[in-house]
Amino acid sequence: MDVETLANALVAGILTGMVYGLSALGLSVIFGVIRIVNFAHGELLVIGMFAALVLFRWLGLDPLLSVPLVAALLFVFGYLLQSLVIRRVAHLADHMQFLLLAAIAIAMVSGCLIVFGPDPQGVQLDYALDSFAVGLLVIDKTRLYAAIAAVLVAGLLLAFFKYATVGRAIRACADNYLGAQVVGLNVGRLYALTFGIGSACIGAAGCIILLLVDVHPYLAPGYTLLAFIVVIIGGMGSLFGALLGGVLIGVAEAMAAVVIQPSLKTAFSFALLIVVLLLRPQGLLGKAPH
Amino acid sequence: MSLYTRLLGDLTGRGLAALAGFVVLLVALPSLVSSYIATVATIVLYLAFLGQAWNLMLGIAGLLSIGHALFVGIGAYASAYLFAIHGVPPLLGVLAGVAIAVAAGALIGYLGFRFAIGGVYFALLTIAFAEFTRIMVDHAKFLGGTEGLFLPVSAASRHGFDLLNLRGSPEMFYYLILALALAALALCRWLLTGRTGYYWRAIRDNPAAAQALGVDVFRYRMYAAMISAGMAAVGGVFYAFFYNNLFPEQVFGIERSIELTLAPIVGGVGTLFGPIFGAFVLTPLGELFTAGVEWLQTSGAIGRHVKVDGVKPLFWGIAVAAIVLLRPRGIWPWICDRLGLVKPPSERS
Amino acid sequence: MAPLLQVEGVAKSFRGLRAVSDVSFAVEAKEIFGIIGPNGAGKTTLFNMIAGAFRPDRGQVQFDGRDITGFRPDKVCDAGIGRTFQIVQPFAELTVLENVTVGALHAHREVAAARLAAADCLDLLELGHRRHMHASNLTLPDRKRLEVARALATGPKLILLDEVMAGLRPTETDRMVVILQRLRAEAGLTIVLIEHVMRAVMALSDRVMVLHHGEKIAEGKPEAVVRDPAVLTSYLGGAAV
Repeated sequence: MDVETLANALVAGILTGMVYGLSALGLSVIFGVIRIVNFAHGELLVIGMFAALVLFRWLGLDPLLSVPLVAALLFVFGYLLQSLVIRRVAHLADHMQFLLLAAIAIAMVSGCLIVFGPDPQGVQLDYALDSFAVGLLVIDKTRLYAAIAAVLVAGLLLAFFKYATVGRAIRACADNYLGAQVVGLNVGRLYALTFGIGSACIGAAGCIILLLVDVHPYLAPGYTLLAFIVVIIGGMGSLFGALLGGVLIGVAEAMAAVVIQPSLKTAFSFALLIVVLLLRPQGLLGKAPH
Repeated sequence: MSLYTRLLGDLTGRGLAALAGFVVLLVALPSLVSSYIATVATIVLYLAFLGQAWNLMLGIAGLLSIGHALFVGIGAYASAYLFAIHGVPPLLGVLAGVAIAVAAGALIGYLGFRFAIGGVYFALLTIAFAEFTRIMVDHAKFLGGTEGLFLPVSAASRHGFDLLNLRGSPEMFYYLILALALAALALCRWLLTGRTGYYWRAIRDNPAAAQALGVDVFRYRMYAAMISAGMAAVGGVFYAFFYNNLFPEQVFGIERSIELTLAPIVGGVGTLFGPIFGAFVLTPLGELFTAGVEWLQTSGAIGRHVKVDGVKPLFWGIAVAAIVLLRPRGIWPWICDRLGLVKPPSERS
Repeated sequence: MAPLLQVEGVAKSFRGLRAVSDVSFAVEAKEIFGIIGPNGAGKTTLFNMIAGAFRPDRGQVQFDGRDITGFRPDKVCDAGIGRTFQIVQPFAELTVLENVTVGALHAHREVAAARLAAADCLDLLELGHRRHMHASNLTLPDRKRLEVARALATGPKLILLDEVMAGLRPTETDRMVVILQRLRAEAGLTIVLIEHVMRAVMALSDRVMVLHHGEKIAEGKPEAVVRDPAVLTSYLGGAAV
């Protein structure tokens, strides 16, 4: 194994990890505020990917340019999902919420399967095979663009939570549900907005991932698990944690693929998940769970 | 307390009659219906059996596992490997499978309880172990890896009745899983009405209070995890010999873990008959949807371009979501009340 | 004879805040020992250290001739100490009888025997007519009684009662006083109670200890303690009795 291979794997891992981080951000936002573990995460991501695919085929739109459209679409979907369905199980036990979301996930995957079929489909971009050479490093154009787009969207989201009035109100809700109600915030609406924003973030991630991966319905569970791993390692509910976890997992998988064996990289992630759950269940940047 | 009281003491006369009728119907079923329906019934009973194993852990001891396919898979792979490669009969193989699964249950339980990982985090821990194992089996050449592990099937064995080697006709498998499901029901009922059951329910409702009353919470949680894992492994042995082929993705995949939680949750978590009832609702529901879609397609109502594969799970997902929203405690407790099958607490001895 | 329960110099801090500092006291067999003090004085923390919910930072707990410092709650129960919780902790999905049976299984191997013993405990606490209700449907005073019945069912030598009279009407308080006196007289039970209801404390306790800011400021006969100048200024506010 030479330095060149390792360095290239490292860079590719960091870039891919940023996209993982953006996807996990959507899961983390929803959990951090609504305290719902979104078991339909990967399905939302796959829907985002298919939406970008359709826009590419119909309008020839580059998936990166379809980010705003797909994000808006998934925002509406997430908003409605929370305000019409998930709101009604908020008081139920963990396993009922899990089952509801699992059922919704099954329905969504099946919907995709009916419409698009089971075979992998991708976009053909004219820059797909281009790359930049920087010294020893060879950086794929698509991967670089994807990472830049992911960082931009994530930055937008972080700015929203820091500066926008609604974003700050949502954070107040997350910190203190009762307090938020007492000062007159419409918690139900803020929750719906949160689920919408989380979904929009997942949709954006879906568009970006389509640059790197061909889409098919059965990708979904794998992406759900990947996002869980990222978020738990970074810290459930911590936004920076999700990005950090994404990069860590991206690098760990890329390294495992070149050092050990590509097909074992996921096993490596799960092993990491087990270790973090045991030693630091709140994650690297998370607050202690109550 | 007599065995009869412990197993059936809660039932009203009507409840006893319903149970007896149900059992008689199940025993007679293969001679009444087509072999297709008998096969569906076999799968229903299989899911009912697994549902009870899983329910023991969540509904009775309060531990949410979404990685139970791990234990099923361990039972399946251990017994199939011993039989296919070393010729060890499954009657012995089941012991190995159960032993490994119980050890795995003990390990996950130990880590989860000692490190105080609760609720959703415990669920994720179980998923992580199941997925980790799946990928390991993918790479285990001696278990066939992704190419799968196959059991020898001969035309003669398709009609036989060899319980020792679990080679035989579909009827044999039907009666085997029926016996297992009923035995699981009796075992759960027996455990639940004994000291262990009281302690489990106390721990589920309030672990701190249970501990103050002298309950060794850790030990009883470990029992729940180990018994549940062992039962699931028995189901795995059945799975292996019924289907005759094992693939890591199909055996350990998270879809399998989710599938086996559906019947108990829909039927009613924490009830003993709920998982059985849930299985009897869900599987036929799925079959019905498939039949309906095929009929629509042959009659020309929907086009050929629609992928039928997706239609059944689509309706299924919608149906399950509807049940969660409309009957969050499960269907069985509601039916039980409506029909007066169980005595109110004041009439129990 | 050595006292049944001996607590020596126990202390506990939470994040640097001292909840209990160097408290010592001893309780004789068959004694009824009251602990009073304002909210936040450290009474419940003291109970939690005896019952094993918290391990003391310093100090020792001796019970029945054994060192039980830092035992797990279930081991403390095995040693012969029953407890109730200030914030009631019923098993919500279980009936009242089943709740108490969980406790009774500590003293009886067979479920049938435990259920009978549990029924006796419920009768004693005058909850017999509620035995088939779900614990989640009980009123607060009944839940308090359920707490006592459940702890009692474990067959303890000593019972720690944390504000079991709070929320009871005066007549109900008097009933509880009579019940507790009977338990001591008939079953030889030793009782340590945290209580705000002064008439109950005065009527029941052989001796009373006063905690304030985590420290013991007085101990002695109830009549003497309530006249103690330190107690009057810090707790009773001078006019309470």
